[in-house]
Amino acid sequence: MTLTELANPTRFLSLATRILPWLAMLTGLLLVIGLYQAALAPDDYQQGATVKIMFIHVPNAWLAMFVWGVMSVASLGTLVWRHPLADVAAKAAAPIGAAFTFLALVTGSLWGRPMWGTYWEWDARLTSVLILFLMYLGLIALWRAVEDPSRAARAAAVLTLVGAINIPIIKFSVDWWNTLHQPASVIRMGGSALDKSFLYPLLIMAVAFSLLFVTLHLAAMRNEILRRRLRSLQMLQASKPVALP
Amino acid sequence: MMSLGPYASFIITSYVLVAAVVLLLIIWIAIDHRRVRARLHALEQAGMGRRSGRGTTDLK
Repeated sequence: MTLTELANPTRFLSLATRILPWLAMLTGLLLVIGLYQAALAPDDYQQGATVKIMFIHVPNAWLAMFVWGVMSVASLGTLVWRHPLADVAAKAAAPIGAAFTFLALVTGSLWGRPMWGTYWEWDARLTSVLILFLMYLGLIALWRAVEDPSRAARAAAVLTLVGAINIPIIKFSVDWWNTLHQPASVIRMGGSALDKSFLYPLLIMAVAFSLLFVTLHLAAMRNEILRRRLRSLQMLQASKPVALP
Repeated sequence: MMSLGPYASFIITSYVLVAAVVLLLIIWIAIDHRRVRARLHALEQAGMGRRSGRGTTDLK
């Protein structure tokens, strides 16, 4: 099935409805395996058992950036190709991305208190992720403020693409500035710095959370398509002449 | 029994919080789906339908 064929919302709904239960089951299974592996992982020689927070913090932080990336591609689809599902995809992804960003910030704080001695530090990595969270909230507010979905979509697409500048800033902030946050240790030149006993559970959790995002995103896109059908039917109903007695 | 050391409360709070937010997202999306489908169904019952003649919530 090509991207053009998926442009038909009815076809997309049919496909989403068929694959959602399988995706949900696969996500659940991987989360159980990931959590089991995380529970079995040894304590770190410096962090002790607190390293277990990393198994949920890192996937949420990756997804916080990845979801904005998905929204940026969808925004290009809205502005350049005018794909009918592009703005549906972007709108549906925003609350999920905001939730992942919120979780990355809070779990990071909960790790930082025992390890750094503080919940928060205004360093480049933490501040740029906080800005990302505020941008997610701004986008959600914009979509709610503008009633016409196509007008809201264009404004949101421009804002999303401008906001995409923040993603490389987040990624490279630890290299460009002197930050309290440690540099990349999983995806980096020369291979991962993590021992396999930490790396494998982390990767399983990352795949599980990515599948969780795909599942939730498809379900939210399905809701958004149905909401737009509802809106057009309500407008049709409102425009029908009322029969006088 | 797994030992979580002196910072157990931070670890447990992190996991509980992630579970709660993910659960909230799932519940919110499920409730939203039910509500939109119910309103579409109500409109269909009121005689409003798609031009194709298919049901508004027909996903086949």
